[in-house]
Amino acid sequence: MASPTVRRAFNWVAVALTCACVVVILIPLASILYTAIVLGGSVLSLHFLTAGPPAACTIPSGVGCPVGGIGPLIGGTLALVGLASALAVPIGVLTGIFTSEYGGRGLGRAVSFFTDVMTGLPSIVIGVFVYGLFVLYYPRIVFSAITGSIALAIIMIPIVARTSEESLRAVPHSVREAALGLGIPKYRGILRVVLPSALPAVATGALLAVMRAGGEAAPLLLTAFGNRLGFVGLDQPVGSLPPTIYEFGTSGASNWLADAWGASLILIILMLGISIVARLVLRNRFRAFGGG
Amino acid sequence: MPTKLETVQLSAFYAKKEAIHEVSLAFPEKTVTAIIGPSGCGKSTLIRCLNRMHEVTPKATTTGEIRLDGEEIHALDPVSVRRRIGMVFQKANPFPTMSVYQNVSAGLRLNGVRHRKELDAAVVRSLKQAALWDEVKDNLDGPGIRLSGGQQQRLCIARALAVEPEVILMDEPCSALDPIATAKIEDLIFDLRQNYTVVIVTHNMQQAARVAEFTAFMYLGKLIEIDRTQKLFENPAEKLTEGYITGRFG
Repeated sequence: MASPTVRRAFNWVAVALTCACVVVILIPLASILYTAIVLGGSVLSLHFLTAGPPAACTIPSGVGCPVGGIGPLIGGTLALVGLASALAVPIGVLTGIFTSEYGGRGLGRAVSFFTDVMTGLPSIVIGVFVYGLFVLYYPRIVFSAITGSIALAIIMIPIVARTSEESLRAVPHSVREAALGLGIPKYRGILRVVLPSALPAVATGALLAVMRAGGEAAPLLLTAFGNRLGFVGLDQPVGSLPPTIYEFGTSGASNWLADAWGASLILIILMLGISIVARLVLRNRFRAFGGG
Repeated sequence: MPTKLETVQLSAFYAKKEAIHEVSLAFPEKTVTAIIGPSGCGKSTLIRCLNRMHEVTPKATTTGEIRLDGEEIHALDPVSVRRRIGMVFQKANPFPTMSVYQNVSAGLRLNGVRHRKELDAAVVRSLKQAALWDEVKDNLDGPGIRLSGGQQQRLCIARALAVEPEVILMDEPCSALDPIATAKIEDLIFDLRQNYTVVIVTHNMQQAARVAEFTAFMYLGKLIEIDRTQKLFENPAEKLTEGYITGRFG
């Protein structure tokens, strides 16, 4: 048994180490936010949020270049992520229900394993896959909101499926037994009793997937392709924030560079906003029952 | 007293392991029958067979017969069997996202009953039967899981009563409760036999003596003896029973 002094010293060192780790984690986050706010904030205005992107301007000083905006691209991102969520959340949640409630040890484990593998797929590969699939079978809409949202959905599905599975497993077995014991059919017990108990955690998983998809640029390069008009129809190419940030950010045009920083800041705010609003809604709904 | 529920040569297995062996038992209508015995003797497995909850466990099987009003329950739909044979579990398990009202009415609502007056009536009746009405009547919309442990267990009993089953199975319903909450539930069980056939598994021999007209003693998966409770405790026919109730083993 160590003396109290040694124990106290050891405790102090451990606390200091964990605090240091927190700081290390926070440095990149703070740095990204700071840079985005400083460089992106300078172009922010109502005009920037509503106007379309400007023509590239190569005046070296940048003076007199049109600033333009990213309004249509915000709409494009929301449309793509919305469509992708509409596809991925039901499929993902149902997959989670299967692996947690019906799959058993054989097939259920196998499906869990493959969703894990899918989580690890590089997103550009998913873009190439969707591109290839549509080139072969339906070339008319290779570059469209449909292919873009399918690519994003493929990224989201395994995240939603795995988090749903884990959240459903966390619901005590006794709750399922109680439902069965009342003469409630298994599927209805799952939908009306087990799933609602897991809903806050399932929704958190879905949000995680939304944020992941919202920031993806690579899979969209080969599918949604991009334009300056944002969302103009399901079968049309759609411009969105991440690929535009890539395009503008790597261009030499001074006004595009500034717009890329502005778009980055907006993307961060958008994703954070979605997350915060969804959490507030969930918390209000579940506060009475100690969930959240 | 006519027989409500009976088992004939019932054996139950978890994979290949036999948990109960050829148990033949009759439960008379509108009586309370207690099943006692040491841990692991198969009493919980037995009552989980009676409403076909045993088969929900992976790889669990049974052989032999179980008859409800003379009808073999394995020939019936398990969901309808469980609607006629309700169950109260060892640990209170109210539905965590539901209010008191929603918990009690869950069995009806989730089986398609929408009529508000019918639900209201069932909730009031069941909560009164479960001796919980006075404690929760002003807070029916509060969450069920905020109640105390004893109240939660009575809530679960009310929930089981709301669907108007014919038989109620109770698996050590008081094992997680203090003596005051236990006494309330025992009073309740005693009253339930006016309308229901009750089967209760208990560790507690005093509890069996207080609530049950019949008591069955199980040991190592076998039914050793069943008799009127008083007879079983005062003058058991089997040496094993006597050994258990006098505390010489188990």
